[in-house]
This record gives sequence, C-alpha cells and structure tokens, in this order.
Amino acid sequence: MTTVVTRRRAPEPPVRPGRRRRVASAALKAERRAGLLMASPALLVFTLFMFIPLALTFWYSLQRYSGFGRMRFIGLDNYAAIINDATFWTASLNTLLYTALTVPIGIVCGLSAALLLNRWMPARGLFRALFYVPVVISGVASGIIFLRLFDPIVGILNQMLTTIGLPAIDWQGNGTWALVSIILVSTWQGIGFGMVVYLAALQGIPREVYEAGTVDGAVGWKRFIHITWPLLRPTTFFLVVYSIIGSFQVFDVVYVLTRGGPGTSTTFLVQYAYDQGFNQRRQGYAAAIGVIIYLVVLVFTVLQWRFSKSRDDA
Amino acid sequence: MSTALTSVATTEVTAIEEANATLPKDEERRQPRRVVLTRVAIAVVAAIILMFPMYWMLRTSVATSDELSTLPVPLWPQDWHWENYTQPWSQYPFGRWLTNSVVIAVLSVVFTLAINLMAGYAFAKLRFPMRNVLFLLIISTLMVPVQVIMVPQFQMVIDLHLINSNWGVVLPRLAEAFGLFMARQFFLSVPDELIEAARIDGAGHFRTFWSVVLPLSKPLIASLVIFTFMWRWNEFVWPLIVLNDPDAYTLPVGLQFLIQQFSSNFGPLLAMSFLSILPMLLVFAFFQKYFVEGVARTGLK
Repeated sequence: MTTVVTRRRAPEPPVRPGRRRRVASAALKAERRAGLLMASPALLVFTLFMFIPLALTFWYSLQRYSGFGRMRFIGLDNYAAIINDATFWTASLNTLLYTALTVPIGIVCGLSAALLLNRWMPARGLFRALFYVPVVISGVASGIIFLRLFDPIVGILNQMLTTIGLPAIDWQGNGTWALVSIILVSTWQGIGFGMVVYLAALQGIPREVYEAGTVDGAVGWKRFIHITWPLLRPTTFFLVVYSIIGSFQVFDVVYVLTRGGPGTSTTFLVQYAYDQGFNQRRQGYAAAIGVIIYLVVLVFTVLQWRFSKSRDDA
Repeated sequence: MSTALTSVATTEVTAIEEANATLPKDEERRQPRRVVLTRVAIAVVAAIILMFPMYWMLRTSVATSDELSTLPVPLWPQDWHWENYTQPWSQYPFGRWLTNSVVIAVLSVVFTLAINLMAGYAFAKLRFPMRNVLFLLIISTLMVPVQVIMVPQFQMVIDLHLINSNWGVVLPRLAEAFGLFMARQFFLSVPDELIEAARIDGAGHFRTFWSVVLPLSKPLIASLVIFTFMWRWNEFVWPLIVLNDPDAYTLPVGLQFLIQQFSSNFGPLLAMSFLSILPMLLVFAFFQKYFVEGVARTGLK
C-alpha cells in the first residue's frame, strides 16, 4: 500500500564467502524468529476473531439456525429467499439512496470547512476544534440529542420552523423526512473528519503552486477550479470510497432515532441483518445478508487499494 | 501530488503549529481585512449551527418534562433542575455502566497497543515468511463491518462463556486492522540505519524494539491510545449483542435502555447522555492535536 519510505540497507563489507553465509543465515533465522514471534499475537487474534468468523459466515449462510439448538443445512435457500424478500430490496435501496446523498454532501461540507479554516484567521484553532466535536461523540448520544431536536410535537426544530412561518415537519411519521433526519445527523457527525483530512491535504500543496497560478491569472474561484480541486483529487477519491464504506455501516443513530421506521423507510442493510439475526432469530439468513454486505465492501476496498497502489507507483 | 503523502501526514501537525506561531502577521498582510472578516462571520454562523445540538442537550438536561412540553420552550433555562444529574444514579446502575465502559476501554487500549505495536514493527522491519501475504490478508479486513461476522462471533462468545462479560466485548474487537496499519505505517518511517546501529551494538531484535524504536514512537502511541479509547468508548453494536444483563451494560447500551425507561422525560436522559460523552470531550480537549495527527496518518493512506 505504500512504498514511500524505501528500505535502505548499508552495503555489507566483503567477508570471506564461507564464513559470511553462515553468519548471515544465522542472523536471518533470528530475524525470522523475532518477526514471527512479534507478529504472532496479532495473527492469533485475527485468525480467531476475524478469519474464522468470516469463513463461518459463509458456512452459516447455508444453514437454517435460530441461534440455539440444531443447525440445518439448506444449501442456497437463504440466498433464494433473499432474492424474493421485498424488505431486503427496500433496505438495499435505502442504503443506496442514503449513500448517494450523504457521500457528496459530506464531501462538500468537509471541503468547505477545510477551505474556510485553512488560512490564518482569529480563533482558527477553536473553530477547527468545534467543527470536530461531533466526531468524538458516541452515535447513541448523538441519536438521543437529535431525538429531542426532531421531536414532531415538542421538538425545538419544529418550534423554530413554525416561529418563522414554515410548516412543522413530521420527522418521525413521514418516511422521507425520517431519512432526511438520518442524513442530517450523519452529516453533522462527519463534517469534522472530512475537514481534517482535507486540511492535511491542503497543507501539502506548496505555496509556489498558488503563486505561479496567481501570475497566470488564476485567482478566487478560478484558482480553486484549476489548481486546488485537481490537486485534491487523490484525497477526494479516498474520502469518497471511505465514506461509501462507512455509509454501509450506519447503525447507532438509526437504532436510536428511527429504529428503521416508520415501516421500513429507514431500514438499512446492517439494521436488517441485525434484526433478522438477533430479533427474528434467523441467524443463517442474517449471515447470508452479511455475506452480501461483505462482498460489496470488498469491491470498494479493492478499488481503493488498487488506486492507492497506482498512485504510489506513479 | 505523487510526493509522499505519508510525510504530509506526519508533518501536518507541525505545519499547523508553524502556521499558528509564525505566519499570522505575514498572512494577515496578504489577506484583505474584508476577506478575513467574512470568513470569521461564516465560521461563527457555521459553529453556531453545529454546536446548537450540543447546547440544546445541555439546556434540556436541566429541564423538567413539564417545562419541555409547554410550548414554546424557552431557549434559556428558567430554573435549573440539577437533580436530573443525580437522581438516575440511584434509580439505574449508571455507576456500573461507567465502570464497565472504563474497564472495557482501558483493557482494549492496553491489548490493542501491545498487539499492534509488536506486529506493526514486525511487518515493517523484520523479514519473515509470508509477511506480505499475511499483511495483505489483515488489511483486507480493514473495512469489514461487525454485522458481517456478528453471527459466528456471537456463537464463539457463547462457547467461550463470555456473554455479559467485559472480555466478551474486548477480545473479538481486538481483531481490528486500523491500529496495525497505523503502526506499520509509522515504523516504516524509522530509518533502518538506527535499527542496524542498535543491532551492531549487540542488542537483540526485542531489545532494539523496546529501547530504541519505542521511545521514538510517542506520537504513534498517543494516536493509538486516543483512537482506540474513542472507538471502544463509543462502540454500540457489538456490546449490544454481547451484553443482555443491565448490570453488564456499557454507557451507550445503557443509554439506549434509558430511552425506553424515561420515555418522554428527556431531562435526566440528556443529563446522562452528557455525562457519558464528557470523558470523551475532555480527552479531546486535552489531546486535540493527536486527533488531527492520527486522522491524517490513518486517513490519507
């Protein structure tokens, strides 16, 4: 994934061939042993709690299983059922819609915040910190905070809307508005992260580039379009893929704020998997949904990996 | 942009500090006063909007349910009901939840650090068989959501008799590639000459790691501690699955339990929510720069 820092090994002094090989191989063995030993706790943990469960997920997805008692092998029946499961398709569509909306909104907000707070201004550090605060708050606490804000009857948001003459919004009873409320909370939670990543990238643009641009007449908006935005492309790509994968995992806020409702209008794939596995006790079915989520996430991970590799090689 | 983004990440904080320390006067001169004022105005408005939910949490946390259901709700508290902050402690095992959260976060930090520092060093600096394949395998799980593996993992926790135990929450979540990735990334930037010098002086691989490399790794350790603490402190899905006994809950699981208990009595609920995020806010306030640095380090690669 990175080849930024090249391994520099000092050329070894010439020693008589026979003796040298023996010494080298002893040193190599020691290095191997140390390497394996130091990596072994991680390898153990990953084998036990990641690779085996991942393989087992595929196995469970071929079973009918309630979580206790006997498992029954049913082949691809779970997958066949998924294809005909209307709720699964609703959840997929919701996930897709949510992703298609949150990712661009998040990029625009994060970049705007970074551009706003990149150059010197009074209290810049404080503003940066305030924008970042929602990132460090737990999803459950954020959900509770917004539960109060979005309350259709006594919520402060509707109170403000009606005060300025707008109609009150049914944040919890109307599917579309419920989805909007989830998107708003996610954006609130995500601005700080996007901002910090973009700030790091902006710091990396040498001032000379801008100075050269100014000579060529690239100022203001033009400068952004022709210089800043193209130079930020790798960062944007990273953020897009990262946010797409992240938006497949949105759970905490939905669990607290809407419980996937009203009906199934804010049910996403991860909620549906959780609900099937731990409320409906259809663990084989939940595992099959898990396999599908895994494959989707894998596609994006590979995409990102290939991109960062080609970028590093360039 | 093909210039090393890693170095951008590691120098980012110094860049910010330098910008804060030396450049203001210089840059101030370059920016018209009007532009700076406009930017400040926009930032103030944005900060007010972004911070309003936080303010409203605090405001609601000292209100009674009567006050909150009589419209319009005043923007500033009329009287302060501090008992919202104290009463829930006796009605619900809030102290237990706090203890559980602390124990889980601390255990996770200690183990994640030990495992990832060692493995990160091995993957970055020591040659051993299958090194690259193994690293790639681990990295490929970087983005796997808990929901993908929760069913077999839950079975495993049952088989290990760890339901409702702190270890049932801690152990399975140690298999997270982020820390390892971050550690390897950092160790790659440690010059080989330094390690070889220690080796020539007769230090073994472990000694070199312990007394030469680790003392240089304070920024990495700080970022790892802070991020692991934050993720484990805020974690919800996995504890929700493993912990069924109210006494075993962590703060987030306990909070969602309180939602049903308090139903429309939002005062105490928001007071407890605030208390649950307070430690995280304090950590953030004190170690702000490591958050930025850590995001840059993991974020860009």
